[in-house]
Amino acid sequence: MSDATTNMTPDPMLEAIVGPTPGQMLRKRIFGHQGLMIGVVVLGILVLVAIFAPLLAPHDPYAQSLMARMKPPVFLGGTWEHPLGTDHLGRDYLSRLIYGARVSLLIGLVAATISGVIGTAMGVAAGYFGGKVDAVVTYLINVRLAMPVVLVALAVVAILGGSLQVVIVVLGLLLWDRFAVVMRSSTLQVRGREYVAAAKAVGCSTPRVLMSEIMPNIANNLIVVMTLEMAHAILLEAALSFLGLGVQPPTPSWGLMVSEGKNMMLFEPWMVLIPGAVLFVLVLAINLMGDGLRDVTAPENRS
Amino acid sequence: MSTTETNHPVLELRNVSKTYTVKQGMFGKPKPLKAINDVSLSLNRGEVLGLVGESGCGKSTLAKILLGLEDPTKGEVRVDGEVIGATDRRTLARRIQPIFQDPYSSLNPRKSIEDIISLPLRVHNIGDSNSQDKAVRDILDIVGLPQRVMRTYPSQMSGGQRQRVAIARALIMKPEIVICDEPTSALDVSVQSQILNLLNDLRAEFNLTYLFISHDLAVVEHLATRVAVMYLGRIVEESSVGGLFDTSGHPYTQALLKSVLTPEAGKGVPDTELGMEYPNPIAPPSGCHFHPRCPMAMTHCASIPPRPVPTPEGHVECHLFDSENDHNTGAPLVREGV
Repeated sequence: MSDATTNMTPDPMLEAIVGPTPGQMLRKRIFGHQGLMIGVVVLGILVLVAIFAPLLAPHDPYAQSLMARMKPPVFLGGTWEHPLGTDHLGRDYLSRLIYGARVSLLIGLVAATISGVIGTAMGVAAGYFGGKVDAVVTYLINVRLAMPVVLVALAVVAILGGSLQVVIVVLGLLLWDRFAVVMRSSTLQVRGREYVAAAKAVGCSTPRVLMSEIMPNIANNLIVVMTLEMAHAILLEAALSFLGLGVQPPTPSWGLMVSEGKNMMLFEPWMVLIPGAVLFVLVLAINLMGDGLRDVTAPENRS
Repeated sequence: MSTTETNHPVLELRNVSKTYTVKQGMFGKPKPLKAINDVSLSLNRGEVLGLVGESGCGKSTLAKILLGLEDPTKGEVRVDGEVIGATDRRTLARRIQPIFQDPYSSLNPRKSIEDIISLPLRVHNIGDSNSQDKAVRDILDIVGLPQRVMRTYPSQMSGGQRQRVAIARALIMKPEIVICDEPTSALDVSVQSQILNLLNDLRAEFNLTYLFISHDLAVVEHLATRVAVMYLGRIVEESSVGGLFDTSGHPYTQALLKSVLTPEAGKGVPDTELGMEYPNPIAPPSGCHFHPRCPMAMTHCASIPPRPVPTPEGHVECHLFDSENDHNTGAPLVREGV
């Protein structure tokens, strides 16, 4: 090709480009991580249940039957007509649980996405531009951290009235703080790397530097925070619904089911335990997944 | 274009200063840090200017200013007589490209080698994807990498291979000037010479102009045609390579030369006699910045900053050489009593 290549002493090292691609290594780590796999499988099942709710639910979750109120579940002597029993209005508990998965997952996903967009934009801007932008964002984060989430959500819902949309938007607008903090610090880390300077020296515009150099390298942190905030949002929805200020009846929501069951808690404890247990399993699965993703993606940052 | 050097400066720094404000503590008073203090430097077409100095003396800040990544606080940078800053960074990018120190940090770990090398072409919309692909293959040949690395990622490569990728990225747009910011200091000793030879061959082939930043005088002697020695944001001596290594003037340059490690048995670790550590750039010493460490310091060195004194090969900033100075002997310095 050129004099440069012919003059050069052949480098034996050059022939040996070994090792798997980062993608292959990542795949290996993902499938080797038990916690992550358990979380993904459980969450996957719950997502499938939510999607195919109309096919899976044995009854209409809204159909009341005063003749069949508070039937116990099968394992407490009930019948297979209502495998998990019925609530105080005679609605099938299993069907309501299945439809409730839709509410929880929808709230978790949408609220975490809204706050993810807000928090990431703020955090990346603060970390990348620094100076005054950083000062303003840090101030906003501090203001946000000074506000108790449940209290603010309660106040807003009390004023605007509770509905699925209101709960999603309120939670989305409240839960961006962790995104902003994490994205800011990871951007600060990546900003100083020489490949960012190289991209600038090549003539990349600032949006291009942000999107193609910074974002791919902080995306793993974003995914981890996203899962944690999803779990957080789901729990908050349950708490708000339990307090009567979240999703309004008759919408099936797990928090609402706990709330409706609490009057009967001493006589029919399963009415609280069943939705509580499902909520627990969902949040545990999401947290396992988040933890696993953090473990799996971290080693690449070190190399 | 001819491969011979011309005296037409392709890159010129005129009285450039860069001052950072450093705030100490939450309520501390902001203090100026003069990273670069009134530096003038010119780079002729086809030459290799070595820039040497200790860590923290402002070498890398100078490189950032030349690349347009930082704006100088004072002074101007000219490329072919045109002031940069006024010109677009994109147009500048086609003429000046960097090779960075650490190939483990200068390649985006999330991108394939093909993406990394072709980025400049895509940013500047040069050619379609076919011709970009061909350009990447050609440049891989030139820097001595097999074509199959195109689909691999930086984490699969060794340091030397990564640095070749970085060189390929810098050269794919056929720039005129390449700023090499310590391109070998992060590499294994065995690989360093390969990269240096590659850089030398490429310079001859493409008629490149290098600004070669290093703290390794041996490397500079190997590659450079002229050398500038930097200390605390000032260029204290500028000379041709031969001049510097044979009859160096400035006591700091002499100390640097003495500090070069040699593999000769029994010689031990050289003693630079620089004594105290590098001064704090926030509070630089008065007068000549070098006087607290200078073995030949005179009384007025502590009070009067030295002027640049022209020498046959460049200039030197030291009272020892100032002819208006009583202490000047004019002769090359011989160390006495040390």
